[in-house]
Amino acid sequence: MRMKGTEIFVESLRREGVRVVFGHPGGAILPIYDRLYDAEIRHILMRHEQAAAHAADGYARASGRVGVAMATSGPGATNLVTGIASAFMDSVPMVIFTGQVPSTLIGTDAFQEADVVGITRPCTKHNYLVLRIEDLARTIREAFYLARTGRPGPVLVDLPKDTQLSECEFVYPEEVKLRGYRPVLDGDPEAIRQAAVAILEAKRPVIYAGGGVIASEGAAELRRLAEMACVPVATTLMGLGSFPTEHPLSLAMLGMHGSWYANMAINRCDLLIAIGVRFDDRVTGKIAAFAPEARKIHIDIDPVEINKNVRVDIPIVGDVRRVLSVLNAELEARLKEHWTEAWEAERQAWLEQITEWKRIYPFCYDFDERVIKPQWVIEEIARVTQGEAILTTDVGQHQMWAAQYYRFKHPRTWITSGGLGAMGFGLPAAIGAWFARPDRPIIAICGDGSFQMTMQELAVVAEHRLPLKIVIINNSYLGMVRQWQEIFYNGRYSASDLRVSPDYAKIAEAYGLRGYTVRRPGELAELFEQELLASEPILFDVHVAAEENVYPMVPPGAAITEMILGPVGSKRIADSKESIA
Amino acid sequence: MIRTIILAVENRPGALARITGLFSARGINIESLTVARTDDPTLSHMTIVVDLDDVALEKLLKLLDRLVDVVTVTAVDVRNAVERELLLLKVRHEPGQKLELLKEAEIFRARVVDVSPQSYVLELTGDEEKLEAFIRVFEKYGILELVRSGKVAMARG
Repeated sequence: MRMKGTEIFVESLRREGVRVVFGHPGGAILPIYDRLYDAEIRHILMRHEQAAAHAADGYARASGRVGVAMATSGPGATNLVTGIASAFMDSVPMVIFTGQVPSTLIGTDAFQEADVVGITRPCTKHNYLVLRIEDLARTIREAFYLARTGRPGPVLVDLPKDTQLSECEFVYPEEVKLRGYRPVLDGDPEAIRQAAVAILEAKRPVIYAGGGVIASEGAAELRRLAEMACVPVATTLMGLGSFPTEHPLSLAMLGMHGSWYANMAINRCDLLIAIGVRFDDRVTGKIAAFAPEARKIHIDIDPVEINKNVRVDIPIVGDVRRVLSVLNAELEARLKEHWTEAWEAERQAWLEQITEWKRIYPFCYDFDERVIKPQWVIEEIARVTQGEAILTTDVGQHQMWAAQYYRFKHPRTWITSGGLGAMGFGLPAAIGAWFARPDRPIIAICGDGSFQMTMQELAVVAEHRLPLKIVIINNSYLGMVRQWQEIFYNGRYSASDLRVSPDYAKIAEAYGLRGYTVRRPGELAELFEQELLASEPILFDVHVAAEENVYPMVPPGAAITEMILGPVGSKRIADSKESIA
Repeated sequence: MIRTIILAVENRPGALARITGLFSARGINIESLTVARTDDPTLSHMTIVVDLDDVALEKLLKLLDRLVDVVTVTAVDVRNAVERELLLLKVRHEPGQKLELLKEAEIFRARVVDVSPQSYVLELTGDEEKLEAFIRVFEKYGILELVRSGKVAMARG
């Protein structure tokens, strides 16, 4: 059947199962928007293209499906870049469509022209400029295939206006033929056997689990591995939700703002089982001092990650869920012969050591009855939602407190810009997450600095009456910048003071939403109980202790055990000296 | 260490930029680069010469292999590959030197591809050592211009 480019676009998206796209129109993409006017696919009009990309990201992470964002040429496309780069760093499956000036005008510095495939080349998994209408269907097919398979990532398709308007015979290819793209899904059986032996022989093993566990839907296999082989689990920021925080084997998060006990365990372990992680600098601190006594197993779908930052002893390239499922079967068979009371006792000794570390210094802070402590806000959210909500965050102190103090239960309930660290991510990501999972409570935990970067998206919340809860952890500072300036720059708060800020509750009201300003601990608990699970959008502007710091903290470049503990942590460690000795 | 990388790449716009982007983003300078179509018009053969240590080379090869446009990638050296480079050399010929000059060109099996009253253009193919030796010998005549194609390489066997 002959079809116009815009028809091919809509039909191809329908075949890919796309139900919702996030975007913003403009001149070069008007033909497609005209076709969307009466298409089945739902288009959500975001108020800035960066937010469209973050919303598609939030949708993808909450659902596991490919998120779709679209914008016009030139400034529309360049505004998407932050969101694309964030999705690229966090391996989020997304397809992004941009309008482009007509092919006859490409390269003439035409109005709203930008070299979008050039600009996005280093921050996409792959990208396309579709100059021939005959290539359109195949390109869309390939884009979705590339985005969701192997190591997921964003793929951009740039569509000149004349491509959208021309016609050709529509054939949607059944198969994708890409001879340069062959992701390895099954791990090498011999390496998996070696890993099983190493796990059984280790005396002090630790699992270091990351976003790859969630991307591959491998949380159940991870839990089985941990429980069967009695191995404690530390997760990265991206891995939160892959293992329940309240599980006895949980070490919570590791790394720069990770738990003291996770970092102690990593430091002392004799076997590190790294699963779906990339040994990021915010996790490892000083590389030479990271798990210095340990043999290392590394399971990851991307061969590039193997030996990138840390040399490992047993590399296994493959899909995390598939590899873990074979590894678990192998372990189960071997455990029958290998299990002895002495083995069990050795494991118990290691777990007891960890329990002791947890007792000495858990995440903790000084509660205050007069001023709201930010950590307590997160604890209250965890209490009221019972860990069943989807949390999205911006970037900074509030993000770290949320990571530390929320009680994660399920994968795909923690949506944060981890690698790129893009401020302004939380609200648009929450909007995207709602379209994926309208059945779950969704809470955007925002910083007052970050919120101001994308707060115009309140219009989208209002337009669709999305029952999101927005909790601004308001300390009238760019808090993490201020914390670094306090610790590393002699308290010179250069450009981090946000004293002049709007009344966020009134801003919510201006959009027709309910907003609360909360200043006293007494108000907060009651308000959250009444309103946090309400079925309408509400913004909570929570004024917290302004100069509270995130502890513990590994200074940049230091070993992960050289943590700045803060007043409470220091006291606890000091009091415990006897019992450690 | 000087390394030679050979790639088979989809013959499409953007493929070269994607490949060179991996180098420039990491501050790795490309010593030489050749690209041309193969017997399969949809495939380009690429030879890239870089100065890298073992660890950096291993990382770079994996990054190149990850690109959707890269079909195959290997690092080669003289033991497992044939390497050739083309040199064009414009050299002055003084009246009394012509015979000697042409004789020396003959020793290297260089060909004269252009003649003018003051100069010859010589063409030579060979491996790097041969080209370097040739240049050293002809320096004494006064080199007016020198162009090297960059290396092309093909795995043996």
